[in-house]
Amino acid sequence: MSEIGLQHYLTLSAILFSLSVAGMFINRKNVILLLMCIELMLLAVNFNFVAFSRYVGNELGQVFVFFILTVAAAEAAIGLAILVVLFRSRRSIDVESMDTMKG
Amino acid sequence: MFQTLLFYVFGAVLIGAALGVIFSRNPVYSVMFLVLAFFNSAVLWLLAQAEFLAIVLVLVYVGAVMVLFLFVVMMLDVNVEEIREGLTRYAPIGLLVAVIMVVELVQVIWAKSNGLIMMGDAPPLPEGYSNTKALGSVLYTEHVYAFELAAVLLLLAIVAAITLTMRRRPGLKVQNITRQVSVRREDRVRIVKMDAEERE
Repeated sequence: MSEIGLQHYLTLSAILFSLSVAGMFINRKNVILLLMCIELMLLAVNFNFVAFSRYVGNELGQVFVFFILTVAAAEAAIGLAILVVLFRSRRSIDVESMDTMKG
Repeated sequence: MFQTLLFYVFGAVLIGAALGVIFSRNPVYSVMFLVLAFFNSAVLWLLAQAEFLAIVLVLVYVGAVMVLFLFVVMMLDVNVEEIREGLTRYAPIGLLVAVIMVVELVQVIWAKSNGLIMMGDAPPLPEGYSNTKALGSVLYTEHVYAFELAAVLLLLAIVAAITLTMRRRPGLKVQNITRQVSVRREDRVRIVKMDAEERE
């Protein structure tokens, strides 16, 4: 085993990102799981920022991760609020039943 | 050497937890696997010398966001069987897309020509380096405007979440504060003058 380099971190985050894309295909009916896959994707992106920040030797990447975490927390809160309102009016969280706008 | 071993162990658990998130039958188990994934990422970030963000990930994500997810998953009584019925139909194409993406990304990352391999080891940190101090010293000076914008964004999220989910139930007994405050003595008290009755 050799020393851990930047490529190892990037490969791990690539695997994580692809798994969450696969999760979006697989759980395409459940909105809660779609939101969780989005969280996992953001985690993979943050992995890239942290790894580059370490190997370039610059804290700017970590500042960026800080703001991504803030935005992701706000997004999760509002997304779940919308989900709760949706469930109250339709009694279901199936994505395919949300076709009122005929999109 | 020991750090290399730690990286592989925690990376493997992280990928296993991600698989658990997308394949588990019950959404509650998915949330729990996501918590596991966040913990493992926090450890991996510690290995990359990002201590502050690792702690923030555990505190904010596991402590707040995942608990919120857990609340919502348990509050909505979702019919799990009905939700899962499309699983087998779309699993092959999803995995195919994932494998293609991994192969492409790995080819780009490990390509000889792009200079990532030449970057080599991480630069050594100076003596007495504190990650939190270094992060704070740029966050509150260079990026203070973005920091304040982030605070406003969080306030916006609070207001939006509360206004979306608040509902007024019909028939609820509430106080009318305006009428309560603006009441005068004449509205409530009536002084009646009457003669004293005689003793019989």
